[in-house]
Amino acid sequence: MDIFGVPIQALMGQLMLGIVNGSFYAVLSLGLAIIFGVLKIVNFAHGAFFMLGAFTAFLLAQHLGANYWTTLLVAPLAVALFGMLFEWLFLRRLYGLDPIYGLLLTFSLVLVLEGGFRVAFGSSGQPFATPEALRGTLNLGFMILPMYRGFVIVAALLVCLVTWFVIERTSLGANLRAATERAELTQAFGIDVPRLVTLTYGVGVGLAAFAGVLAAPIFHVNPSMGSSLVIIIFAVVVIGGLGSIMGAIVTGLGLGVVEGFTRVFYSEFSSTIVFLVMVLVLLLRPAGLFGREEG
Amino acid sequence: MHLRSLTWPLLIVGLLALLAVPFFPQLVYSVFIMKTLCFVLFACAFNLLLGHTGILSFGHAAFFGTGAYVTGQLVKAYGVPTELGILAGGLVAALLGAVIGALAIRRSGIYLAMITLAMSQLVFFFFLQAPFTGAEDGLQRIPRGTLLGIIDLNSDAALYYVVLGIVGAGLWVVWRTVNSPFGQVLRAIREHEPRAISLGYPVARYKVLVFTLSAGLSGIAGSLKAIIFQLAALYDVHWHTSGDVILMTLLGGMNTVFGPAVGAVIVSTLNHYLDPFGAWVTVIIGVVFMTCVLTFRQGVVGELGRLLRSRHVPKPTKAPPHASARADSQR
Repeated sequence: MDIFGVPIQALMGQLMLGIVNGSFYAVLSLGLAIIFGVLKIVNFAHGAFFMLGAFTAFLLAQHLGANYWTTLLVAPLAVALFGMLFEWLFLRRLYGLDPIYGLLLTFSLVLVLEGGFRVAFGSSGQPFATPEALRGTLNLGFMILPMYRGFVIVAALLVCLVTWFVIERTSLGANLRAATERAELTQAFGIDVPRLVTLTYGVGVGLAAFAGVLAAPIFHVNPSMGSSLVIIIFAVVVIGGLGSIMGAIVTGLGLGVVEGFTRVFYSEFSSTIVFLVMVLVLLLRPAGLFGREEG
Repeated sequence: MHLRSLTWPLLIVGLLALLAVPFFPQLVYSVFIMKTLCFVLFACAFNLLLGHTGILSFGHAAFFGTGAYVTGQLVKAYGVPTELGILAGGLVAALLGAVIGALAIRRSGIYLAMITLAMSQLVFFFFLQAPFTGAEDGLQRIPRGTLLGIIDLNSDAALYYVVLGIVGAGLWVVWRTVNSPFGQVLRAIREHEPRAISLGYPVARYKVLVFTLSAGLSGIAGSLKAIIFQLAALYDVHWHTSGDVILMTLLGGMNTVFGPAVGAVIVSTLNHYLDPFGAWVTVIIGVVFMTCVLTFRQGVVGELGRLLRSRHVPKPTKAPPHASARADSQR
């Protein structure tokens, strides 16, 4: 069976690949959106934290013999701690200034992290084994799905939903949203906003690191694995509208699928379609698909 | 003001030193100076947006790279004279700047930064895929040609003076722009955009115009780079280059006219002399960048100016409320 002259297996294969990429986009842009919402900082280092997550998992597995499930838990936590330290030591000094400085500081962190890992490990990729339990394939009838990719989709969506739930349905999330809207007033109600801010940054970069560990078996672990991704994520959040949690998740997945389809019909353009969509969205809806109209 | 009385002697000494460069090949490598000059022009052009209008473009590599590729292709494949090639590079980059600018100024602040970044990725994609650019290899062996059919540019010394002349002219354009009524309006937009609008200035048109000008000059810087190295490569359009130019501007001082030039010299020198350390260069530049953002956001020239002012100005007249704005118009 063909659709537009493309065999359905190929179409489904690319669609699946699109959903896998879309899951990464969703988790990453979710983290970026949370950080932006509370800190009003565009975290340029998001891709570097993604890379850091993958490398931490790789090092844990390599030197401590940790199994995949441990790394999936420990690596994001370790990266989150590192992120919180960074926020506490440096980022904090820039609050109240033009948000551009936050962008630039995190950009310089990218240079340091990527450069550092390139010094230590070289530019080539390090292989990362797929966990034993997820090596098989699933036959879905219309296509064959490698088990690990299926797992990535499920895990990513689960994490997104949990994060969404925490933010929208718990009291911690309510405090967070309050701090997003009116930081000073929230502080006046006796909520430790600076600590909340640090925590938020930790959660945001932890999410990025989680995506990094998920991605490690699919992509090779290398120092620049996040730097091309972060730009796509920027486009995703601009399209979805910065600061919108659900918007980030939906847009991330959607753009992954759009990318997958583009790969079928004009594969060279698949890495760039996102930016074209962004231009179109900006022309038609400057605030983004899910964003509110503001400066 | 003591800073001002120092300006002219320093400028003359600097100019003499620059003119003397080709005579001391054992002391300085003139190609390195030429490369630095390109970045000086690039950074000062970029600062028309960041420092003088308050617009952060994170996609300026698109214009630099476009200049490089357009000039390279015209000169190499169509045998266009070098001077026309450089002019065309600047014009095409300016045109691209008008388009990207018109789109980007629909938003402001960090949104604008991200939009320009994404647009420059589209440009990157174009140069990666276009049939003439040689993809990863870049456009190689671009002939330097002759200037006006008389001066052979294959000699480094001849090319050096041509580059010096063009960069000087470009800097003059930047200086004139900043110190013109047009520049005043730009600063008004930077300081208080709603007020500029309510005063009746067509702010959007001003922004597109300065975007175009900045892009055009950046394009010329890229064109020169292509002629000097006889190469236009993907790195020229890569977002790392966009980051580099921001670093130069910030490091030099974005509230000054020629601060970015100093920044460009510092970054270019760091890159040149740290080259043997390989990947460490990125780390070192990252640390410099970080320190700069955290501690001296006025940049080298900005902080130096403040230091000199605070030393020489008698106490009673210390820093009026709008000190920074006033300092701008005096420089």
